[in-house]
Amino acid sequence: MSFYVIYVLVAVLLFAFLAGFTLFAVYAERKVAGFVQDRLGPMETGKFGSLQTIADILKLLQKEFISPANADKILFAAAPVVVFVAVYLGFAAMPWAPDVAPAALNLGLFYVIAIISVEAVGVLMAGWGSNNKFALLGSLRSVAQIISYEIPAGLALIAAVMITQTLDMQELTVNQGILTNERLLFLGFWDVSEIGGFFAWNIFQAPHLILAYVIYFIASLAECNRAPFDIPEAESELVSGYHTEYGGLRFAFFFLAEYCLMFLVSMIGVVLFLGGWNSPLPNIGAWKLATWTTGMAWGIFWVLAKTLLIVGIQILIRWTLPRLRVDQLMSLSWKVLTPLAFLCMVISGIWRIMVMVG
Amino acid sequence: MLKRTLHAFTTALKGLTITLRHFFAARTARKELDIKQENYFDKQQGVTTIQYPKQKIPIPEVARYQLDVEIDDCIVCDLCAKACPVDCISIEAIKATEAIGKTSDGSVKRLYAAKFDIDMAKCLYCGLCTVVCPTECITMTNNYDRSFTDPSDFIYKFSKMTEEEIEEKRADWARFQAEKEAAKRKT
Repeated sequence: MSFYVIYVLVAVLLFAFLAGFTLFAVYAERKVAGFVQDRLGPMETGKFGSLQTIADILKLLQKEFISPANADKILFAAAPVVVFVAVYLGFAAMPWAPDVAPAALNLGLFYVIAIISVEAVGVLMAGWGSNNKFALLGSLRSVAQIISYEIPAGLALIAAVMITQTLDMQELTVNQGILTNERLLFLGFWDVSEIGGFFAWNIFQAPHLILAYVIYFIASLAECNRAPFDIPEAESELVSGYHTEYGGLRFAFFFLAEYCLMFLVSMIGVVLFLGGWNSPLPNIGAWKLATWTTGMAWGIFWVLAKTLLIVGIQILIRWTLPRLRVDQLMSLSWKVLTPLAFLCMVISGIWRIMVMVG
Repeated sequence: MLKRTLHAFTTALKGLTITLRHFFAARTARKELDIKQENYFDKQQGVTTIQYPKQKIPIPEVARYQLDVEIDDCIVCDLCAKACPVDCISIEAIKATEAIGKTSDGSVKRLYAAKFDIDMAKCLYCGLCTVVCPTECITMTNNYDRSFTDPSDFIYKFSKMTEEEIEEKRADWARFQAEKEAAKRKT
């Protein structure tokens, strides 16, 4: 019985965290947008506008559910839920600290990648169910984009998995720090199993994974429909893409899913390439910085800090780069990122055989 | 293709450093709002937003914003209403039976201003009315930020006469006219 209580508790905790994160991220996004453009951002609601997103969500909660007359009622109502649940379920396998993860799956990474793909179905349901040409075009673009960019993203992740030889997110993280039982080599020649710190992160164990991480980062931006890959929501052409017809709580769910997905893809990148909950501080002689800063609270702190940093970079990119055209978007995915990701995979194989084993 | 990709990366990085620089520059706001001050253009770094009702840009000494009428100085000549290109001034005059006083510059007043309304929602701030006014009773003030929820509040009423007074003055004039007519007929 208590088994199920814990399950429900973990789920509620995760949801509360994600809702809180979304409120914070929307506020941060608006503030960053303001500062980058020499403005102030929200300033009136609360001190420095800190209550702005809470006021926004209260407004959205009070709004009426409106379905267009010719919409497919079931698809229309189910779409936001499908989109959010797909992202939310992805968090089930994410490791937060040593031995702290909602579910310890030995196929964790595969599960997360698979469940994120379900989001495309939800987006298509929203676009088709709305019976609106803007929504349909937006969802078609979104699905085409998500499917295209899953290939370089997946290949870049496989390049990392080939180095670590596991799909278990927890094991992936352990093998990038001082808690490992394996022999970790910085750039393939210096044993850092006892030193840890950022030397033991995957991108420094095998330097070509830096390229793999960049590919994954770009592809993850496209999967989140974030600028510069936000043509599915291109305001200047498509009103607001697949959620044109949505309002109130249903719209809030799309928003929640978008920001949760930002956090999730950043976290996957952090776990696979940037050491997950491992401390970036190495052990130096008597200064056991890595040993001191590894533990449950520290683990949660590090994974949060790294992920929020990546989310911050995503936000900054949105307010820097202009939107790509559809053809540019596709040629970037198929002509540049996919071949480079294959190259990373090949190097990973060679690296595994020649450097790590040999 | 590779060359273009590298180019895209370098330009994207350049853009990111620019936005990052602005992001950190937002710790300070611009320090000088008054363009008449020296070094005004050297003090414009950081956030440019002016949080309007709490913070205001200094206005010139001879600012020409919303109109004001000193009705005691008005001789109700109607020149301002005629000069107005958008007809936002409407004046109704009642003739007085004799001179009713003098304005501060010595002009004799012979008309009552029963109505002197200026619709500030229509006004285009050209200042023509202030130029033609012979007694300089209609002026532009430095007040630029009066706002209302009801559009009819934008019609500023400057006449001080009450309804009864207007009725009385009309009756006075009608009686005066009638007496004059009667006197004419007698002779």
